[in-house]
Amino acid sequence: MIPIKAFVAAAVLIVSTTTAWAEVRIQEVVSPGGITAWLVEEHSIPFTALEILFKGGASLEPAGKRGATNLMTALLEEGAGDMDSRAFAAAADGLAASYGFDVYDDSLSISAKFLTENRDQAIDLLRLALTEPRFDQDAIDRVRAQVVSVINSNLLDPGKIAGRTFDQLAFAGHPYASSRDGTLETVAALTREDLIAAKNGVMARDRIYVGVVGDITPDELGKLLDTLLGGLPETGAPVPDMAEYQLKGGITVVPFDTPQSVVRFGVEGIARDDDDFFAAYVMNTIFGGSGRQSRLMEEVREKRGLTYGVYTYLVPMDYGALYLGSVSSANDRVGQAIDVIRDEWAKLAKDGVTAEELASAKTYLTGAYPLRFDGNGPIAEIMVGMQKTGLPLDYIATRNDRINAITLDDIKRVSKRILRPENLHFVVVGKPEGVESSE
Amino acid sequence: MRFFHLAVMALTVLSRPALAQEISTFKLENGMEIVVIEDHRAPVVVHMVWYRAGAADEKPGVSGVAHFLEHLLFKATDTLKSGELSDTVAANGGSDNAFTSWDYTAYFQRVAADRLDLMMTMESDRMRNLRLTEEDIATERDVIIEERNTRTENSPDALFGEQRRAALYLNHAYGIPVIGWKHEMEKLDLPEVLAFYKQFYAPNNAILVVAGDVQPDEVLAMAKAHYGPLAPTVDLPKRARPTEPPQLAERRMAYEDPRISDPYVIRTYLAPERNSGDQKKAAALVMLAQLLGGDANTSYLGRKLQFETQTAVYTSAFYSGKSLDATTFGLVIVPSHDVSLADAEKALDDTVVAFIKDGVDLEQLARIKMQLRASTIYEADDVQSLARRYGSALTSGLTIKDVQDWPDVLQAVTPEEIIDAAALLLDKKRAVTGWLSAPKKEGASQ
Repeated sequence: MIPIKAFVAAAVLIVSTTTAWAEVRIQEVVSPGGITAWLVEEHSIPFTALEILFKGGASLEPAGKRGATNLMTALLEEGAGDMDSRAFAAAADGLAASYGFDVYDDSLSISAKFLTENRDQAIDLLRLALTEPRFDQDAIDRVRAQVVSVINSNLLDPGKIAGRTFDQLAFAGHPYASSRDGTLETVAALTREDLIAAKNGVMARDRIYVGVVGDITPDELGKLLDTLLGGLPETGAPVPDMAEYQLKGGITVVPFDTPQSVVRFGVEGIARDDDDFFAAYVMNTIFGGSGRQSRLMEEVREKRGLTYGVYTYLVPMDYGALYLGSVSSANDRVGQAIDVIRDEWAKLAKDGVTAEELASAKTYLTGAYPLRFDGNGPIAEIMVGMQKTGLPLDYIATRNDRINAITLDDIKRVSKRILRPENLHFVVVGKPEGVESSE
Repeated sequence: MRFFHLAVMALTVLSRPALAQEISTFKLENGMEIVVIEDHRAPVVVHMVWYRAGAADEKPGVSGVAHFLEHLLFKATDTLKSGELSDTVAANGGSDNAFTSWDYTAYFQRVAADRLDLMMTMESDRMRNLRLTEEDIATERDVIIEERNTRTENSPDALFGEQRRAALYLNHAYGIPVIGWKHEMEKLDLPEVLAFYKQFYAPNNAILVVAGDVQPDEVLAMAKAHYGPLAPTVDLPKRARPTEPPQLAERRMAYEDPRISDPYVIRTYLAPERNSGDQKKAAALVMLAQLLGGDANTSYLGRKLQFETQTAVYTSAFYSGKSLDATTFGLVIVPSHDVSLADAEKALDDTVVAFIKDGVDLEQLARIKMQLRASTIYEADDVQSLARRYGSALTSGLTIKDVQDWPDVLQAVTPEEIIDAAALLLDKKRAVTGWLSAPKKEGASQ
């Protein structure tokens, strides 16, 4: 690669942001080669956590190649450069470095952890995995068999069936409609060339975000970034179209012989950059997002003992959004659980929340926020998420103000806009008694 | 192979890190033990109370009562309304939860360090002053049955695991699931719950672990104020559980469930646990599990059964030494599509024999020891897991010194000790072998 500013020391911009409790001092580091990373120096423990995210992920693969990104990602650690998979694993073990590779619908992420004293070797090994993976045929066949095993197992897992069914109904025709593992057919057909194409499409420098926390200086990091990522292609695959939400209100029962029905329910959601996202976030906390304290937990579990857990979550993906919930209840009681959820859903859509609920959600959310910054790895991950979402360097300091600014009217507006009880759809996997598919 | 040489060099470079956390220990007059772990990087604290009471301390016939009580501890006391403790933690921006095992039940909150006093106020209150109603029992019993549905009834692996465990322990309560047998859970009632609570939830049966941005003397003063006045349980019996008789007969089980996609063979052996002042054997078993079935790419089973032959899609060996009484060592093999369970089991057995004959791969042992050394550096980043380590050790018959000696005991394990420990795997009389598969379908092609 051609360095943009050869031999120039890493450019550094520092924003200190003091939350109520902790100070997270984020520096923006631009490498001599022009790669940007956010860094928090933490020299008290001699290791570094490195988080890399490539925006795009499995949604970038062509329709007939479903599962290519997933299989490719699983093979990154299975041999690189002149090392086969065993030699690679032995080298990583010997350095006590750990590398995690994960693929999602909208991203591919790498989480690495390495000691200060063998940092150069650990980075060199990771560089090999990112830039010179071998994709040997025997490794492809071995890992493919593992993926097939996962696909087969998911076909018989009620939770997975529920999630997959909801996605299919919601986003038919879009990559979001299918599992990124691929199907038995598509995975069987994948070739080495498909994996190389998937890698070059996903792991490119025009879509990369980096967060680093630990025992490393800006200068050291600048050099490291160029070594590690300089060899990746400049540009990757084009992004997919927006996903059109197609699901109407109702119930879909997927018959499955198991004692407890597993339910996925939801409506279309709200984008992360929507002006109402924070209002929706607070609404969800009150409704089903905060665990034991949520309305749904109170009504479905605490008052009626109908489930071990009921949760809701906002799913703002890059090309579509969902507002989802999940619950599991014995086959003879799940109908009752669905009725309670439907009633609560309608009530929230109509009346919003109380002043007391809003106040306690705010104390909870603002108090809990600083507790997220606990350890090098979690902070690196938060910084990458902020960059991907386009949040500014000083976001951490302003985030609680944004939560505190939400009013009862905001919640009422956003509840009305998102919840739409007539659109609420339940997918029920099991042998539910007295629950039938609509239409 | 240049990386390999670099790796070996690194072994000699990494000295023992000077990272030992500041640990302070105290004991209150009423018998409550206190462990304080300091980490001043962030103004956060983890507050935990561990009881030396778990599912294996239940009386016969009331399986699940320890875990049921754990749920009920979030109900009302004289001063707290039902759910108020968690609501208060949340209102202070914290999180809280609890967990139950065979050897312990533990409760924790994670919160800003300046809220520690409030946490102790509430946690000490519910140690002795719980006020349960019949309605609490009825509703929460439904919840734990739904929890069992989620964790066990809906999972053929978990159902089979229960059956195998019940067969492995002929006499010890480790053979009974922590969540309880369903037919016994359905009958759990207030008297059984209160009997367990009154006997075991007492300061002389509890360990307080506080980890984070705190000063030990301040923690002690706070603990004296809140936990100090609590009355101990007099005549708390020694934890002597029924022990295993000589196990003379190999046990084999087969379970069929249509919800299974890939059949597999899993075997668990009765194995020695870590004992106070005597952790060598357990350390050898930790190394054995790593060498035999740790990383698939480098472990012996992985190499022989997944790489050199394509007998299996997955193999593993697993062992956990932290247990008050005899623990388990396990082997698992998920065969490749065209390999039968019988052939897979034979290949597994042959490979274990070959491992013992070949002896320990010294380079691999060195790499594992290097990883263990480095883990003490990585773990310093996670004070909550350190707190858990001390709490679980102290409720499993170990001491602070045992926990602190453990890394050195692991480093001192010799290849001979590992091969000696592996002899355990040749004695199937002390093991249960399980085959899990889907029932054959009529006219199915395969």
